[in-house]
Order: sequence, then structure tokens, then C-alpha cells
Amino acid sequence: MFYYILKRILQIVPVIIGITILLFVLMYIIPEDPAKLILEKGATPQALQNLREKMGTDKPVYVQYWRYVKQLAQGDLGTSYRYRRSVNSILAEHYPNSIKLAFAAIFIESILGIFAGIISAVRKYSFLDVLVTISTTILVCIPVYWLGMLMQIGFGLKLGWLPMSGMGDGSIKYYILPALTLASVSTAFVARITRSTMLDVMTNDYIRTAYAKGLSNNSVIYKHALKNAMIPVITYIGIDLGTLMGGAILTETIFAWPGIGRTIYLAILQRDAPVVIGGTIVLVLIFVFVNLIVDIIYAILDPRIRLEGGSGVNV
Amino acid sequence: MYPFKEDKNKIQNDSDIEGIIDESVELETELGKKYGKSSLYKDAWRRLVRNKLAMIGLAIVIIMVVIALLSPVIAPYDPNDRIKELSQKGPSYQHWFGTDILGRDIFSRVIYGARISMLVGVVAVSISLAIGLFLGALSGFFGGISDAIIMRIADIFFAFPYILGAIVMMTVLGPGVLNVFIAIGILGWASVARLFRSSILSIKEKEYIEAARALGASNARIILKHIFPNSFAPIIVYSTMNVGTAIIVEAALSFLGLGVQPPTPSWGKMLSESMSYINTAPWLMFFPGLAILITVLGFVLLGDGLRDAFDPKLKR
Amino acid sequence: MANNLQEKILEVKNLKTYFHTDAGVVKAVDGVNFDLKRGETLGIVGETGSGKSITALTILGLIPIPPGKVESGEIIFEGQDLLKCKISNLKHFRGNRISMIFQDPMTSLNPVFNIGNQLIEAIQAHQNLSKKQSYDKALELLDMVGISDRKKRMKSYPHEFSGGMRQRAMIAMAIANSPSILIADEPTTALDVTIQAQILELIDGLKKKTNSSVILITHDLGVIAKYAERVMVMYAGKPVEFASVNDIFYRPLHPYNLGLIGSVSKLNEEKKERLKPIKGTPPSLIDLPKGCTFALRCKFAIKPCWDSFPPTIEEEQNHFVACFRAKEFLNGSLKRE
Repeated sequence: MFYYILKRILQIVPVIIGITILLFVLMYIIPEDPAKLILEKGATPQALQNLREKMGTDKPVYVQYWRYVKQLAQGDLGTSYRYRRSVNSILAEHYPNSIKLAFAAIFIESILGIFAGIISAVRKYSFLDVLVTISTTILVCIPVYWLGMLMQIGFGLKLGWLPMSGMGDGSIKYYILPALTLASVSTAFVARITRSTMLDVMTNDYIRTAYAKGLSNNSVIYKHALKNAMIPVITYIGIDLGTLMGGAILTETIFAWPGIGRTIYLAILQRDAPVVIGGTIVLVLIFVFVNLIVDIIYAILDPRIRLEGGSGVNV
Repeated sequence: MYPFKEDKNKIQNDSDIEGIIDESVELETELGKKYGKSSLYKDAWRRLVRNKLAMIGLAIVIIMVVIALLSPVIAPYDPNDRIKELSQKGPSYQHWFGTDILGRDIFSRVIYGARISMLVGVVAVSISLAIGLFLGALSGFFGGISDAIIMRIADIFFAFPYILGAIVMMTVLGPGVLNVFIAIGILGWASVARLFRSSILSIKEKEYIEAARALGASNARIILKHIFPNSFAPIIVYSTMNVGTAIIVEAALSFLGLGVQPPTPSWGKMLSESMSYINTAPWLMFFPGLAILITVLGFVLLGDGLRDAFDPKLKR
Repeated sequence: MANNLQEKILEVKNLKTYFHTDAGVVKAVDGVNFDLKRGETLGIVGETGSGKSITALTILGLIPIPPGKVESGEIIFEGQDLLKCKISNLKHFRGNRISMIFQDPMTSLNPVFNIGNQLIEAIQAHQNLSKKQSYDKALELLDMVGISDRKKRMKSYPHEFSGGMRQRAMIAMAIANSPSILIADEPTTALDVTIQAQILELIDGLKKKTNSSVILITHDLGVIAKYAERVMVMYAGKPVEFASVNDIFYRPLHPYNLGLIGSVSKLNEEKKERLKPIKGTPPSLIDLPKGCTFALRCKFAIKPCWDSFPPTIEEEQNHFVACFRAKEFLNGSLKRE
């Protein structure tokens, strides 16, 4: 297990390096002088030059990159051009909001998606199954921001049940609409994966064995089939957790949610390179870390792929 | 007492799988045709035509293409004509989808919006295909260092959240239709390359490739004659679905103000313009969103149908 | 053998199981009749797709519905018609009074539960035992099927077992509630030749110990010869010959059975003969020919064979055959060559 984790972490290193280089180059190409961003308009050329020297932005790009990497190795993500604050503190302020929203969405998609998928599989071709199939197909195709707007109009404006945007005091009612929006596509996928794996698992020989033992229908479905069917579902939900933690730009924008997606988006518009690069690196690290945890859970669920030293499998 | 030994007297050596009789019946008819590429596509087409949902998808796609091509004929008004008196009117007989804040006819704008969406879908996916197929073939067929480098670069693309990547690209390239093509096109190559590489790797091991090689066929010939036709099915399925994704991403970029610039009618842009008026004119946001939904639905249904058609065993 | 005196424990009458597929109706089991006596081993033999496994699965109600459907028939077990039994009541028979061992032990055990769990589950499904009692009973069962190092094996997962061990575990689950009938559906097909004999001996030994009955489904005539007392030969969903094992091998009356025996090598035969495979393949079960299903491949076929399927007749005592020409084989006017 230990070697497996170590190997996975080592595999990530080149990806991280590649991403930092890519982002660094991209942000450097953007023809905007950071010194001008920081200082007020009408600053003297001398003041600009002093600041450039202080920040090192007059140096060639590889020198700047090396400086950045050294900083990064110490856990320092740099200083925002706009806010004159450390990127670490900006991320620390906004990231928890995104994580909370991501978990709310994961909660919704797991419960709704798995439930709908099981119903759909157990009552194959019934009215409920058709309903689930149609609604998941539509949910997959729906633009999330449009769905968010529809819900804002419906539940916020017309019915007045829920707040339309913002985090307010952070109570649950503020979470409902953004979390539903964020979870929409994934819920559909979870339901589809659950349905198809359940149907697939139900054709297995060991399901026939379970019936032949004289087990009740429920115990065959909810014990024997479900545990096998959950393996791909949990993998999907785990990967989705990684994605949702970074991919909520649209949802956070529509609902004015003070999260990391919106922060990075605004930073891109403002050419605030340190925030963009720092934020993205953190997102990717989280994504990778979550995937690693998913793999470990996967191994616990499916004893055939125990990862002890990489040689636990005998076929 | 009995004149038989216990082993090696099986009547038939294949195992008894009566449970899937229906499948074996279908398989039998296919066995003879399995390796002929033309009949693979013919069979797939036959199955596709029988699939109602796929046909609905195909119909939507065709209608959308026609709308995009003939939008000047179909649209009752010029999409950019502003009539002050008509500002923010609800749907009516003259203006089916109502008018926006500037008094422009929403129906006409939605019709013209199909042009951008279809164009982005087709061009962006073509760019992804061109890059992805080339690099995927390089990677899958030759392996070695080129494979390692290409796949590591693909990893970097995969580690990026899709929308974030598109936003970064658009910031660097600047807004505009052409740049939307390029950004979405470039972001999509990695999936195509991976898909193509893995299907090449699996086909490379098949007997008929061994046979072709044994007969002295050149690499280029093997790629063109054997591997391309046989590994195209997953690419076709993926690309069909990907047109839908590209349309959604274009709309999202335009929604965020990074994509198509006004006054060009784009569904995403119309949505973002309508956001300020959801209190007073909710129909403004309803129809462009519906247009995106229906178009994407068309491509997804068609893609689903194609996947089932190419691989009937996967269907359930 | 004095089978006649023994009590009939299972009686299957005119059983028909069809599959309704897109391509048409597959008549997988089409009019099967047989009975099983206490303590007896009944062999069912036939080619792939002859309906022998479907017959067994129908008895336990394990046919997937749809596409499968039991069209008609009776399955009388201990005086009760299992086909009239509600699905929810069938579970009291399954694994309790009638157990089944499947063909492929690799896929028949659930990969995500350990052996102990699956074994205890089989016990607790029908017996009201505490955890501890069930655990002890499971250990006892493992001992009966010859699995050593039992405490460790209880915690093992199926993938950690060899094929033979998995089949032993399957057998342990099947006999957990001392069933009166054990259906073994090609129990050794997926196993190594050396393991096959061990597993069959184990089943035979357990049968004798518990005086239960066994339905042994196989396409291996050697296995039939060694373990079965009576044999039903099936072809294209229909039983074509049903008799004692001696009659089946030494007085075959159906051309298909003749062909089966002819296709098997006899090691202690004096003169070296060529193996004679049956020419042709079984018909598609969707478009069955009007007459005898075997007529196409039968070198003895005469005109009536093409018009209707021959009725099953008891040509000798306890020797049932469905062939128009069986009488001629019997009185010697037709040579069996």
C-alpha cells in the first residue's frame, strides 16, 4: 500500500511541474505589466521601474520561474498583484466556501443519484425507470448556468422560498440552490452508472448463486448486487468530488458564491497571475489527492485489488 | 465395468452457456462479417436506424444544421434590428419569443444563434480530431519516447478542470469567435488522442493485423487500411458527444463574456445579457437556454445511439 | 437395480420453458418429463444448448423472466407443484430442500464477500442459528468438503482460492441445509482434469452419506457412466431417450444416443475403430423443423420423421425413447451401425 501511494505521488510530480510551466508561460505572455497593475495610474516611470526590480519581473522568464519554484517549495504561493495580500491567505479565505459547496453537491448527487439508479434498475422498464432515464438524459444536456437561473427564478423570485444568491450567514438555505445546480449533471451520471452497473451485476453468476441459496430478493439486491455495483459508482463520485472542488466557476458566478472558482475567474480577468497559478496548483493537487483516496477506498471495497506491495492479486 | 475413461471424451469442448441463447443467435449471424469493415458500418447503420431515440437525435441535429444554414430565410426579422417601442415585450403573434431590452426579435436571434453554436461544434471538434488523431496515432503505433511525451502532455491537459482551461486559453487568446474555436479545439485533443491510442493498441494485437504484417504490408498501409477503419467507431461516438460539449462550453464562455462578442447573436451571450432582467423579462433567458438544451440533447442521443449501434453487446 | 420400489421425490411433467427474444421464440425446454427417486443419481446429458441447464434452472425458478417464461408443465416436489408456488415462497425450497452447484466456480461466488460470510449466509437463510452456531456449522461444512486450514479459509475471498477449492466451497454452501436434492450443473466443466474426479467423488460421497438425490448435468459421457443410475438424453430441448445407465450405453435405441456413444473413444476396445462424430450441428431453437428435430442429422431418418415429432414410448420396461425406428433397433431388424 505504502509503495503504491508513493508511486502515485511520484507520478504526479511531472504533471504539477508541467502545469506550473504552462500557466507561468501563459500568464507571462499576457502583455500586461504587473507593476502597472499594482501602482495607480499616473505613477512615475521611475516608480514602475523600481517596483519591477523589486518584484523581479524585469528578469527573463526562466529566472522568474525558478524564483517562483523556490518559493513554492516553501509553501509560499506569492503575493497577489491586485490585493497586495499573500495568495495563501486569499485561498485560505475562499477555499473553505468551495469545499463546503462541493460536499453539499456530493451529498445531493450520492443520495439522489444512487437512489434513482437503484429504483430504475430494480423496476426496469417501469414508469419510474422511464422517468429517471428521461430526466437524467435532459440533466446531462442542460447548461448548468441556465438551470441555476431557472431555479433562481422559480424558487427565489416567484416562490420566494430560498435566497437567490450569496452565502448570507452561511445557513443551509443559502446552499440549496447552488448545490443543486452544481450537483445536477453529476446526479444524472450517478443515476445512470448505478442503473447500468446494477443491471450488469444482476446478470452475474454469483447473483444466481445467491438466489439459489434461498436468499430473499431484497437481500440479493441490497447485499450481493449493491456492494458490487457501488464500486464504479463510488469511483465516479470520488473523481467528481475532485472536479467539483475546482470546477464550480459557473455556479459560483451565477450565485455570487465567494469560492475559489470565482476567485480564480476574477483573477484571470484581472490578470492577477499569482492568484491564478497558485489557485490552480492547489486545485490540481486536491484533485489528485482526492483521486488517490478514491483508489484506496476502491481497494477496500473490491478485495481483488488489494494493493499490498502491488502483488496481492492472484488470478 | 464401463468402457469409458473419465476424461477426454467430451462431446463438445465448448462450455454450456444456454442462458444467453438470444445473444448467441445474434452473434452467429455476425461472426462471418466481423472482420469486414464495410459490413461493420452497414450493420451499425442498420441498428442505428432501428433505434428510435437515436433517430430523434439525428432529426434534431439535421434540423439544427438546416436552421443554421438557412437562418436568413427562416428568421422573420434581422437579428440586430432594434425597435425602441418593442423593448422587452413578451411573446406575441408577431414576436414568438418576445423581444429583448433593445427591441430585437428573440426568435430571430435564437435562429441566428444556431449558426455560432453549430459552427463552434463542428470546427472545434475538427480541430480536436486533427490534433488528437495525429498525436494518438504517433503515440499508439510507434510507442516509445513519443508515446511517453505525448501521454504526459495529455495528463497535464486532463489535470485541468475543463472550464478553467477554456477560460485561461480565452484570456490568453482574447475574445472572439475564431479564438473560441481554437480554445475548445485545443482542449479536446487529449481525449481523442487517448481514445485513438488505446484502440490502436488493442487492434494492433488482433490476428488480422499480425496477418497483414506477415504478408509484408508496410506500416503506413497497415495504419490506413486496417487500423483506421477499425478504430474509428469509438472516435465517431466520442466526437458526436463532443460536439454537444463544445456547444455547452462555447455558450459558457460567451456567458462569462470571454467568447463571442456582441452584436453577433450567440445563445450563451443572450443568456448572460438576460441575467440582469430575470425579474422583469424572464422569457429572455428561457428560449436561448432551451435552444442549447435541445441541440445538445440531439447530439447526445445520436452519440448514445451510435455507441449502441457499434457495440450491441453494451446495450441495455 | 431396484429403483422402481423407491419413492419418487421429484416429478417433472411436460415442462416447457421458452425464451421470447427479438429474433423469435427460443424453445429451450420443450416438453421434458422425468422423475427422480430418493438416493438416486439421475444424469442429464446432451450437447450445448440442448436445454439441460435450463431444465435445472427452471426447477429452482432461476430463469430470468423476461425473456424466459415457463409455458406449461408441473414440477412436483414432495407433493407440491413448484411452478404454482409464489416466487416469495420458492426461497424456502432453494438452498434448503433443493440445492444447486453451478458450472463455473470462478464466477459463481461473490467476489466482494469472504467465503465464511457466504457460507454462514447460506446457513442462516434457513436455520435459526446464532452467529457462533452458524460459524461452527460453517467450519464443519468446510471439513466435510475437504477444505483444510478452515479458520483462515473462512476469511479468504474467492479470488484467493483455486478453482477446485471454490467448487468445494460451493458444494459446502449447497449442502449447508442437508437438501434432499442436489442439482450439479456441469460441476466440473471449468476445472482441471485431475480436480474433476475429486469433485465428483466428493459429490457422490456426500450423496451416499446423506441419502439425498443428485441430478448430474453434464456433456461428459464418462461421468454419466460412472456416477449416474438413470440417464436422460436431451436433444434440442426435448428428451429423446430415458433409461437406466446400462440400457443407455448397451442398448441405445435413439440414433442421437447412438451417435453420442459412437463419438466417444473406447480405450479398452479390442479393434481400433475410428471415432465417428455426429455430422452437422443442432438446429436453431427458434425455427425448429416440423418433424423430428434430429432428422436432419440422422442417417436412419424415414418419411414420418419429417412430418411429426415421434411420441415418447416405453419400448422396454423403464426404457423410454422418442424415435419411430426404435422398435426396429429393438427387434434387430435395423443394425445400429
